[in-house]
Amino acid sequence: MASGELTSKDYITHHLTNWAVGEGFWTWHVDTLAWSILMGLVFILSFRAVAKKAHAGVPTKWQCAVEMCVEFIDNIVKSTFHGKSPVIAPLALTIFVWVLLMNLLDLVPVDFIPMAAQQVGAAMGHDPHHVYMKIVPTTDLNMTFALALGVFILMIYYNIKIKGIGGFIKELTTQPFNTPWLYWFNFILEVVALLAKPLSLALRLFGNMYAGELIFILIAMTGLWQIAGLHFVWAAFHLLVIPLQAFIFTMLTVVYLSMAHEHHD
Amino acid sequence: MNINATLIGELIAFLVFVLFCMKYVWPPIIGAIEARQQKIADGLAASDRAEQDLQLAQEKAKQQLVEAKAQASALIDQAKKREAQIIDEAAAKAQVEREKILAQAKAEVEAERIRAKEELRKQVAALALAGAERILQRSIDEAAHSDILEKLVTEL
Repeated sequence: MASGELTSKDYITHHLTNWAVGEGFWTWHVDTLAWSILMGLVFILSFRAVAKKAHAGVPTKWQCAVEMCVEFIDNIVKSTFHGKSPVIAPLALTIFVWVLLMNLLDLVPVDFIPMAAQQVGAAMGHDPHHVYMKIVPTTDLNMTFALALGVFILMIYYNIKIKGIGGFIKELTTQPFNTPWLYWFNFILEVVALLAKPLSLALRLFGNMYAGELIFILIAMTGLWQIAGLHFVWAAFHLLVIPLQAFIFTMLTVVYLSMAHEHHD
Repeated sequence: MNINATLIGELIAFLVFVLFCMKYVWPPIIGAIEARQQKIADGLAASDRAEQDLQLAQEKAKQQLVEAKAQASALIDQAKKREAQIIDEAAAKAQVEREKILAQAKAEVEAERIRAKEELRKQVAALALAGAERILQRSIDEAAHSDILEKLVTEL
């Protein structure tokens, strides 16, 4: 629990505010960027360590763990995407492990790092009430939208690459109603459906993680954790949500990209 | 909680991580996995083949054993037959020899008998001759004749 002069609204707001630098659109969420890049580096470096020494002989234990991850993703991609693409499988692996690591930050007790940051901030002469540190990047819409936007750009790219500009436009306009005077209606439907894909990707991940984080904050604030150990119960539930959301994001990415590869005519 | 430049930063970070993963992480690991799968598949196939070979060899050995046994029993049969044949032959030869020897002996005995008979006849003739001579020398004395004849008769 934070110090007495804070109201519960202040406490929650404080926990849900990013460490922001800049003005207007050119605001940077330093905490989101730092923690996400840190998690990305953890993923890249630990997997690279295996990749550098990868061999077909008897694997080490860490190599086994990494290979399990890789094979898991490979199976997902192979069962969903029929074709050859050098991008989709590594993309899916990156999304899965990165999102999983970022989601796992949600299990760090909510007060640990923000309070430590406040101490550091205060020691450096800042007002501790204005030192913000929100460590779970996937509870920041910018993070989830960045991932979804990356996937969306690839979807558009493959749609145009496989079907051509004409084919893509044809797909957007000639279905479900294949009569010229309803093409405008088809176009609206299809564009909405197309835009709904990245939007739902981003909002699903954000919503799940944000809600989980909020419940942790509420449990910490009300002091219920001291009586019932409620944060453990919630952590157990959330432990299911964390890999599930990473898996769903990965799975849907693969599905959307394989849909972009398919001809509908 | 609003969309801002962080989005661009994260997008760039995402792009960099995916590119790095695509270039330096995914290919070596999946390559090693596939190579190992190939190796395991090869090993399994080789073990299957070896097992098959072993079975084949065992069958061949069994067959050879049966053949050898058959050959051995054939040889034994042949040997037994040959043995019986040899014994038969020897017996037949012996029979022939025996008959020959017997015949020879019989002929010899016959010859001896004939010779003895001849001798006897010669001696009887001589005796008869001598007896006749003596009878002729003492033809006066009847009694004397009779005792000579008596003597002749006992000598016969």
